[in-house]
Amino acid sequence: MSRLKVFLTFVFLIFNNPLFAYSSDPKEFVQELVTEAIEKLSDKNLTDDEKVKFVEKIALENVDINALGLYTLGELRKSSKESDLSNYQAVFEKYFLKSLTSRLKDYSSSKFQVVESEKKSATYTIIKSVVTPEDGGPKVQIDWRIYTKNPEKPLIRDLIVEGLSLARTQKEEFSSILSSNNNDIKILVKKLRDFVNN
Amino acid sequence: MISKKIIKFLCLFLIASSLSSKIYAAEECFEKTSRSIFKLNMAVDNAIIEPIAKGFSKLPKPLKDGTSNFTSNISTLLSIPTSLLQGNFNQFINSSGSVIINSTIGIFGILNPAEKMGLVSSKEDFGQTLGSYGLGPGCYFVLPILGPTTVRDAVGLVVDSYLDPFAHVTIREKELFSISGNNLDYYSVKGASAVDFRSENLTNFDSLEKNSLDLYSSFKSIYLQNRSNKIKNSFNDQDDWSNLEN
Repeated sequence: MSRLKVFLTFVFLIFNNPLFAYSSDPKEFVQELVTEAIEKLSDKNLTDDEKVKFVEKIALENVDINALGLYTLGELRKSSKESDLSNYQAVFEKYFLKSLTSRLKDYSSSKFQVVESEKKSATYTIIKSVVTPEDGGPKVQIDWRIYTKNPEKPLIRDLIVEGLSLARTQKEEFSSILSSNNNDIKILVKKLRDFVNN
Repeated sequence: MISKKIIKFLCLFLIASSLSSKIYAAEECFEKTSRSIFKLNMAVDNAIIEPIAKGFSKLPKPLKDGTSNFTSNISTLLSIPTSLLQGNFNQFINSSGSVIINSTIGIFGILNPAEKMGLVSSKEDFGQTLGSYGLGPGCYFVLPILGPTTVRDAVGLVVDSYLDPFAHVTIREKELFSISGNNLDYYSVKGASAVDFRSENLTNFDSLEKNSLDLYSSFKSIYLQNRSNKIKNSFNDQDDWSNLEN
């Protein structure tokens, strides 16, 4: 099993500079985003709080949190009431940002290199990259699932670190909670809310 | 005699699991029990393994690397017969070459010159071998101390103890190329391997614990994804996003 730390770190790394206009080409988009992130997060003049704010802002701009929320909900997204879905999406966004930023203190810079790009369909491109941790640990393969329905604005939908998908792990975790609670979306929303508020 | 009974039971269970259309990889064999065992494992981890791993992580890097290389070299032994059983001759050559070079030039596996020579061995076991034959995982459960598994992988675990040359000379107390050992050797190496793995993942485990709503399910998902990748020998993403275009 590979390196969850790098996995989470790079989820974090991608979100740093709200003013930077990234390329619309998925491969360049990832390379530019991460390069800028490494530079920014290595800046010792920034406090942890400032970095958290960057993370939140750039996550909202470059990650398809709405789609990620629907994906992790599984088939229930089709049968849930609109009001329940809306509550879920709102709290999922907060949950996503909180779990993302909780890794801030563990950040350490690493070498990052985009290796290749594989167009899966008209709407998805997988960008393959390699991360070399600063501490001399083994190289880690990270694949980025980029949603390209709007060719001018690529969005990140998933990170797959050494074959382990963040979105899929999250989806299966939620699925377990739902199945043990009679598929009641309100219970899941409550658990997410408890997490956000704690 | 007991182990033969266990193998027989697990084989029957495996066949039953594979034939039953109601049992899928994500399904549980006995979730309540598994969750209890998982809690127990986490308690053991918190009380014993994690503190040892924390201490281990503070050792000088050459000592840690040496331990990691040594245990990794021993665990590569199992990849030799299993690669052969999978018909993967490239992997067989890599594993055999890696063990020979690291055990000799690499001073009993403490160093890893094989990797520098381009011999990268992957860790293969009998569970993966069964998977490579197309056998499904069966249902999922958690073993005390050993952690997550499936019916197929549990059968593999028992068979591994017969296929693994290291287990052969230690727990089976047989001689191989004039090398012999005992139970203590086997469990010491396996224990060191577990501590090494745990120390490499101290932050990862903490983060998972901190950010999971249901830690049991997170471990299950990671285990199943990891095993699937190992069987395929690739990280190809399973594309289940296609019905979400919104």
